[in-house]
Amino acid sequence: MTDATAIATTAGGRTTWERLRSHRDWLGFWFMAPAAAILILFLAYPLGLGVWLSFTDAKIGRPGHFIGLDNYDWLSDDSVFWGSVFFTCFYTLVASSIKFAIGLYLALLLNKNLPFKALLRSIVLIPFVVPTVLSAIAFWWIFDSQFSIISWSLVKLGLIDRYIDFLGNPWNARWCLIFANIWRGVPFVAITLLAGLQTVSPSLYEAATIDGASRWQNFRHITYPLLTPIIAVVMTFSVLFTFTDFQLIWAMTRGGPVNATHLMATLSFQRAILGGSLGEGAAISTAMIPFLLAAIMVSWFGLQKRKWQQGGDND
Amino acid sequence: MASVEIRDVRKAYGATAVIHGVNVDIADGEFVVLVGPSGCGKSTLLRMIAGLENITGGEIRIGGRVVNNVPPKERDIAMVFQNYALYPHMTVYDNMGFSLRLRKADKSEIEKRVSQAAEILGLKALLDRYPRQLSGGQRQRVAMGRAIVRDPQVFLFDEPLSNLDAKLRVAMRTEIKELHQRLKTTTVYVTHDQIEAMTMADKIVVMHDGIVEQIGAPLDLYDRPGNMFVAGFIGSPAMNFIKGKLASNGSGAIFKSDAGLSLPVARAPAASDGKPVVLGVRPEHLVASGEGAAVDVVVVEPMGSETQVVARSGAQDIICLFRDRVMPNPGEAIRIACDPKLVHLFDPESGKTLAA
Repeated sequence: MTDATAIATTAGGRTTWERLRSHRDWLGFWFMAPAAAILILFLAYPLGLGVWLSFTDAKIGRPGHFIGLDNYDWLSDDSVFWGSVFFTCFYTLVASSIKFAIGLYLALLLNKNLPFKALLRSIVLIPFVVPTVLSAIAFWWIFDSQFSIISWSLVKLGLIDRYIDFLGNPWNARWCLIFANIWRGVPFVAITLLAGLQTVSPSLYEAATIDGASRWQNFRHITYPLLTPIIAVVMTFSVLFTFTDFQLIWAMTRGGPVNATHLMATLSFQRAILGGSLGEGAAISTAMIPFLLAAIMVSWFGLQKRKWQQGGDND
Repeated sequence: MASVEIRDVRKAYGATAVIHGVNVDIADGEFVVLVGPSGCGKSTLLRMIAGLENITGGEIRIGGRVVNNVPPKERDIAMVFQNYALYPHMTVYDNMGFSLRLRKADKSEIEKRVSQAAEILGLKALLDRYPRQLSGGQRQRVAMGRAIVRDPQVFLFDEPLSNLDAKLRVAMRTEIKELHQRLKTTTVYVTHDQIEAMTMADKIVVMHDGIVEQIGAPLDLYDRPGNMFVAGFIGSPAMNFIKGKLASNGSGAIFKSDAGLSLPVARAPAASDGKPVVLGVRPEHLVASGEGAAVDVVVVEPMGSETQVVARSGAQDIICLFRDRVMPNPGEAIRIACDPKLVHLFDPESGKTLAA
């Protein structure tokens, strides 16, 4: 059919269709199309829809009307929303910093010649392998107000006389969640940084040692600068994952007590799905975007500054 | 500058001994090359001098001081690594000045010494570049610059030229030798390339399987190898070894190979009549001569300045390097001869050179 149309229209030269088909990028377009379709369908479209929903008053079962920035206006006076923004930032900042510190320490440790090296490395990965919900439930039990093994042990040791209310008190609950997040996130940081450490040629340390560097100076002048590209990537991912965390919170506290441990993600879910206010939930989700963009920008521009690792023979 | 003394040094990794008691004396200002096939322990020995490996037994002295338990940075040595080990995140300037910076030297002092070294090595225009922007030869020079800046007692080179292409290697060889003549710093240089060893060294230490086979000036080793290993290792193409027996003949002796090849020998060891020996003759000492022993030509490789001929006598391949442009055809028989004073005789059992 196509041939027939083509022939029919080729009176005085090649048609646009024919020229398009013979263009060298035509095949390339078709190779790209499936990936592009998946990205558009499952990422760009839901994101766009989410942003659009945040400008409507949609509820479950009722298509919304465009209401402009009313949702955001409403949220700006909502102390629960601002509480969740505070806790999300606090949670991300504290958990990511500690994950980085412990992860780097573990990576440096595992990079040494230890006995049972392979076994130790696998053990470090365990928290990462366990499904999040499973580990969250385990932590829920560990921090349970009546059956907590920590309280039980401390009571048996005679250090305390009453069980600790881990998840019932706002600050206790916050620190417990941060602890659980760190426990779960350290392996990712540690193993990735370990992979980075192993790309550093041992002869650089030898050269630096002969140049007179102490162990600390070896780390400060060789290891750390050579690891910065990996650190930038790992920490970007770590910050993004932590900022958008949902499973851990939802399985352990569901945002409680009294909304003290709501992250923006859990609050959005609660308002949109459980509460039915799709527009408002979407607005909370959309409010996360500037924070995430900022995190990405920081690492992006951080990466660009390193001239020594970029291509090009001359400058 | 300082002398280096290596006294009965041993190295073992667990139960595996890799260096079995090595003794080397390196005089102040001397250029010593440790040479040997891979796995002979030459790099390990160098790393022990540098302090990067522990010494299992024996003693190393630098400038008279025993350094067995002295950390690398206090040994006052500088090392050039095979892969250069340049810090990729530092410019050429910072690479060269790093050791001074660690020692908290003044900025002006660093500036002065780095630019001095850069001047010597022709790196002035490259000081702002990063290692990845440099060619192999330039990186090599930066690695040397890093060593020179420190003005150490001893330079250590660990196969510094093996990552360079053949042409550059020859050029850098000359440069390093010239540098040594200029700075006169004691140098220990490790290589597996005997030509590097021959061309650069004041003194060569030939190592094999963790022991020192022979120590001597380049031409000493070439003219008077102590055993078959040194004879075969020094010189390119390698010396021909032919098994056979000696028969005395008035003033000298006649060597008869198992395949029936006979060559005259100037000095035979006492009471060697009829004894099995190994005759060694260098390819470049063989000449095509009408009165020599007959061999069959297998391959002819003209190189312009000389011609390499692979000939066969029985099952024995004999490599000849002729100065003249002889172009025999493969399969043809030619006659080869050699100055009887230039052949070497070895004991087939021990491999040691037989004294005349």
